[in-house]
Amino acid sequence: MLANLVSWIDKRIPMTEAFNKHVGQYPAPVNFNFWYFFGSLAMLVLVNQILTGIWLTMNYTPSGAEAFASVEYIMRDVEYGWLLRYMHSTGASAFFVVVYLHMLRGMMYGSYQKPRELLWLFGMFIYLVLMAEGFMGYLLPWGNMSFWGAQVIISLFGAIPVIGDDLTLWIRGDYVISGATLNRFFALHVIALPLVLVILVFLHIVALHEVGSNNPEGIEIKKPKGSVAPEELSKFKYHKQYSEKYDIVDAVPFHPYYSVKDIMGVVGFLFFFCAVIFFAPEGGGYFLEKPNFEPANPLKTPEHIAPVWYFGPFYTILRVIPDKLTGAGLMFGAIVMLFLLPWFDRGHVKSIRYRSLAHKINLTQFCICFVVLGILGTKAASPLNNFLGMVTSVGYFGFFIALWFYSKNEKTKPLPERISH
Amino acid sequence: MKKLLIALVALFPMLAMASGGSAPMLKAPIDLTDKESLQNGAKLFMNYCFGCHDTRYQRYNRVARDIGITDQQMIDNLIFTGVKVGNLMYNSVEDEQAAKWFGQTPPDLTMITRVKGIDFVYTYLKSFYADPERPFGVNNSVFKDVGMPHVLQSLQGLPTAEFETNEKGESVLKHDEHGMAIITTDGTGEMSDDEFDIAVRDITNFLTYASEPSKLQRQNTGKWVLGFLAILFILSYLLKKEYWRDVH
Repeated sequence: MLANLVSWIDKRIPMTEAFNKHVGQYPAPVNFNFWYFFGSLAMLVLVNQILTGIWLTMNYTPSGAEAFASVEYIMRDVEYGWLLRYMHSTGASAFFVVVYLHMLRGMMYGSYQKPRELLWLFGMFIYLVLMAEGFMGYLLPWGNMSFWGAQVIISLFGAIPVIGDDLTLWIRGDYVISGATLNRFFALHVIALPLVLVILVFLHIVALHEVGSNNPEGIEIKKPKGSVAPEELSKFKYHKQYSEKYDIVDAVPFHPYYSVKDIMGVVGFLFFFCAVIFFAPEGGGYFLEKPNFEPANPLKTPEHIAPVWYFGPFYTILRVIPDKLTGAGLMFGAIVMLFLLPWFDRGHVKSIRYRSLAHKINLTQFCICFVVLGILGTKAASPLNNFLGMVTSVGYFGFFIALWFYSKNEKTKPLPERISH
Repeated sequence: MKKLLIALVALFPMLAMASGGSAPMLKAPIDLTDKESLQNGAKLFMNYCFGCHDTRYQRYNRVARDIGITDQQMIDNLIFTGVKVGNLMYNSVEDEQAAKWFGQTPPDLTMITRVKGIDFVYTYLKSFYADPERPFGVNNSVFKDVGMPHVLQSLQGLPTAEFETNEKGESVLKHDEHGMAIITTDGTGEMSDDEFDIAVRDITNFLTYASEPSKLQRQNTGKWVLGFLAILFILSYLLKKEYWRDVH
């Protein structure tokens, strides 16, 4: 019965073929470690955001007069509305946690290097759209921090010479942040950007499956056809798209091996995710900021305007530069640097395991700087904080510049032929 | 080398974290499961606060259900505006009118404990003191020059603060070793100090409930969810191990 149905479908669309090619007979390196959970977790969080988002829109009212009250309506009068809302708000922060760790994995194991540059770029575009999603979504509850946070960020565009003022007017659709701004942000947040996001995620995976997954050793599991002795070949069956072109070693089919492993990762992640949702949904004031529990008030500036934590690093870079235009330029520049990472790194050894001490130190200092920049972004400005912000901004940009110089003739360790496991 | 690196990694963010601080507050001894306290808090709130402050995001009947009274008890004792029990809790003062009286509209208090903190609300209500220079004759040690009268004065009596002279020769509030202003009442109120503390605790308890009525349900459900996930994690680990046996 079921076999008949599958055969009926397969005659009309290549269902089994696509499943085998991308899941059941897709060769994945055998040595994925902890860091490789975050890709599938990002997908999980994306699905969570889309589903909870759909249900939230059923009761949310995108208007300046009613948005704040409609969120409280969801929290109080909608059955399990509080759960939907906390899943969505915690999901936003979880998305960035997971994506930052996913990016760090790529940096550690050189997953952006040739031939995976486009894969990295698609990932970076996902990150960019995600930041826009987070920013616009944060305006929607129409709390006081929503209002003032958006006010600060949109005013950045005003620093651009000549067109600045007209540009901010165009973004807001009004002379101040208003119901008009809220409505367009709502449209972008629930339709335009999620659509782009889903398409980019699709392309990210298409690109991944074309070039194949990297792994912690940073060496290929696809060897030239005929170069490997038959008894050395991976014992599993792979789709002919891969096995006819290459000799595949040290691999397992994605399903069931990594599907069961990812299920374990998902459950582990959900434990922490739910711990936050059910016991600390405000995330210590970082996921839901205190001033956002009072409605937007153009006459009442919060004591300390801080963007949500995941914008922290870039906000700090903006803030420590005294000149607004230079600051805004460097802030966007910080993201551009990440885009260009595959070309800053001129090395040929991917994994940090076989790279020089200089690279290990450089990547470590980059991580420290990024974390410190993030923390500073949520703090009030002070001379000490500004000094720390300067130092870590230099560290952030310095990472890329130093990498460009030492990676050309880097003293690396010899790479193994095969993944040992 | 490695240890030094780890130490640096740990220390640097801590340096950034260390900056900043906030004024000391009393710890509010609230208990959201204490229905009697919530009911007393609701009664005090409706009688002493609701005249000027709304809690416009919650409904009378939801409050009745959650604090353990019937709709009829709510209608008979706590609805002063004559509205239906399913209505949102608006008071009968127009916002603009109130703004004229107090300089600004008294804020809605539905989520005040989430905006200012539970301990702040508790401490604030205990921190009024006589100050003849203020329009309502009182000031507040944790909310300087607050534009609100001491509405609980008939309960507490007139509180007076102790002052001292600072190095600049100005008269400032004297603080105890915990950083709290030293405030004593003249004893003209209906309540003793202990009774007043309980009244303030109950109001704070009620407002904490109001700020997030699903909190108890959330935490209760959360225990089951985490328990389920913990068991599921063990099962998923065993499943993974079983599958991977033929790889290793």
